[in-house]
Amino acid sequence: MSTILVQVVVSGLLLGAVYALFSSGLTLIWGMMNVVNFAHGDFVMLGMYTAVMIWTALGGGPWASVPAAAMLIATLGIASYFLLVRHIMRGPMLAQILGTFGLALFLRYGALWTFGANFKTLPDDLVGHSFILAGIRFEGARVLAGVVGLAVTLALHLLLTRTAIGSRMLAVSEDATAAQLMGIRPQRMQALAWGMAGAATGIAGALIATFFYTSPTVGETLAIVAFVTVSFGGFGSVLGALVAGLVIGVVESLSAYLIGPVYKDVIVYVLFVLVLWFRPQGLMGKA
Amino acid sequence: MTRQRLLQIVLVVLVLAYPLIVAGSPVWARLGALVLLAAIGASAWNIVGGYAGQVSVGHSVFFGIGAYSAVVTYTYLGLPPIAGAPIGMALSVLVAAVIGVPTLKLSGHYFSMATIAVAELVRVLSSTSEFLGGAQGLGGPPVPRGVLDLSFISATPYYYIFLAVLAGLLWLTHAIERGRMGFYLRAIKDSERAARSLGVSAGRYKLYAYMLSAAFTALAGSLYLTMFGFVDPESGFGILISVKMVVMAALGGAGQLFGPLVGALILVPLEELSNSYLGGQGAGLTFVVYGAIIVIIARFLPSGLLSLLDRRRPTASRASKTVDGHAD
Repeated sequence: MSTILVQVVVSGLLLGAVYALFSSGLTLIWGMMNVVNFAHGDFVMLGMYTAVMIWTALGGGPWASVPAAAMLIATLGIASYFLLVRHIMRGPMLAQILGTFGLALFLRYGALWTFGANFKTLPDDLVGHSFILAGIRFEGARVLAGVVGLAVTLALHLLLTRTAIGSRMLAVSEDATAAQLMGIRPQRMQALAWGMAGAATGIAGALIATFFYTSPTVGETLAIVAFVTVSFGGFGSVLGALVAGLVIGVVESLSAYLIGPVYKDVIVYVLFVLVLWFRPQGLMGKA
Repeated sequence: MTRQRLLQIVLVVLVLAYPLIVAGSPVWARLGALVLLAAIGASAWNIVGGYAGQVSVGHSVFFGIGAYSAVVTYTYLGLPPIAGAPIGMALSVLVAAVIGVPTLKLSGHYFSMATIAVAELVRVLSSTSEFLGGAQGLGGPPVPRGVLDLSFISATPYYYIFLAVLAGLLWLTHAIERGRMGFYLRAIKDSERAARSLGVSAGRYKLYAYMLSAAFTALAGSLYLTMFGFVDPESGFGILISVKMVVMAALGGAGQLFGPLVGALILVPLEELSNSYLGGQGAGLTFVVYGAIIVIIARFLPSGLLSLLDRRRPTASRASKTVDGHAD
């Protein structure tokens, strides 16, 4: 493999780790309560604006903006759960879709109104300069995003599979009534899931803002990436989202390099439709 | 009953005479035309999204096909744009079959997401297409060459054209609603599995509904082009086009004959008013309000405004509402 191809694959993997992180938020909620958050991409977008605001107002880098975005979007997630999602969960499907879609429009155009339509970018050297290792060029921001994305996604996976709180959440997702009889409060667990999903999404947003432009409508594309990742990885599986995120990052980079940047989204959308068609339970999901 | 009859006659006369009533004001005449145009799109969506319960969030594909067919007919063949409407409708039915056969197998959210992805795919492709004018889009005849170009300064002719199309569409929907297909679609919406077990070929009827819905959405797109004379990827295939159709139908009442019209009567004036009062910077605020309204409907009125009227007389339809919660 030529060096440039390795370069493309490496940047795809780094990007894919971030995709995995914000998709794990979506998959957590989806798997746990069978609710699709159509506003998920806009949660990422608000995480990105948090980073932009912290830089422009306080001059803080990712060390400040990542925790801030995590807390802010976690709060937003919990608020959305209590004010909206809790009520529409059992309603007709149209109401479920409309509810989170309305939230998406509200957040997206609220951001447009507040921050304007202009693209905002953080300074290139905010995270440190790029360096060359074994002939491959690494950008500081992307390396940080990739490493943190990978670490937080893995941590989330371990939290869900290896701890008591994770078991409780799993119990609620399998049978809320039975879990309640065992002394678990389903609403508390579901709110916690929204909080955790929000935190993961906020972190991902703050990281993406360090190397990507921030605009009010950026969430639209990111939401579709998250849908694709989750449907690849299986609904509810954080580990699945991790593998799928990495695959999609590489596929995007490769198709941008081999076919042309315009077609990277096209390839991902086509993959999405194919997966939904042939394996609606996800590539790694249980049938 | 006679009071209801009288009310109906008064309403019909008011609708027919609307342009005369507001004769002095071009703004109001235009608003009337826009409400009707939006109602055509939302009523077309209602066939598959409301009656059959398949929530497509990608109907902009068909709207865009209709609009682009009209403008392409003008640009490359020199014919009046409206001559492209039948082409757009036929093409839409074909595309609906291609999209529908795989995606209609998906249930619930999966179908909605697949339709979003397909619509985004088409939007991205259309903006790279030289033939369709790329990201700049294409324009219709700058100066009307004859009556058939349907290019009028006054909005009144559009009002009557749109009214005729909407009346035809609602008549057709009403016929479906009362016929065998209407029963099939409602059965599929309530529980596809139960419908199948009773011998309804669910897949086939969902596809029929989808193709019919696509044809009329394309017609709405062609009509849009004759009035606005211009289309680009965002105004043809943009996700907001799809969202507006869904929201108008849901606000009034999805799966009800007049639901989309009621939704359009509320949302179109709201959008036009906030655009004209808030100017350019109001564009964002309009959709903030839109979003808030949608959230409120979903939260407090999941069956739409028309369900408020139903509440006074408890009927069999209430019983069916409680079971359509889980479509899977």
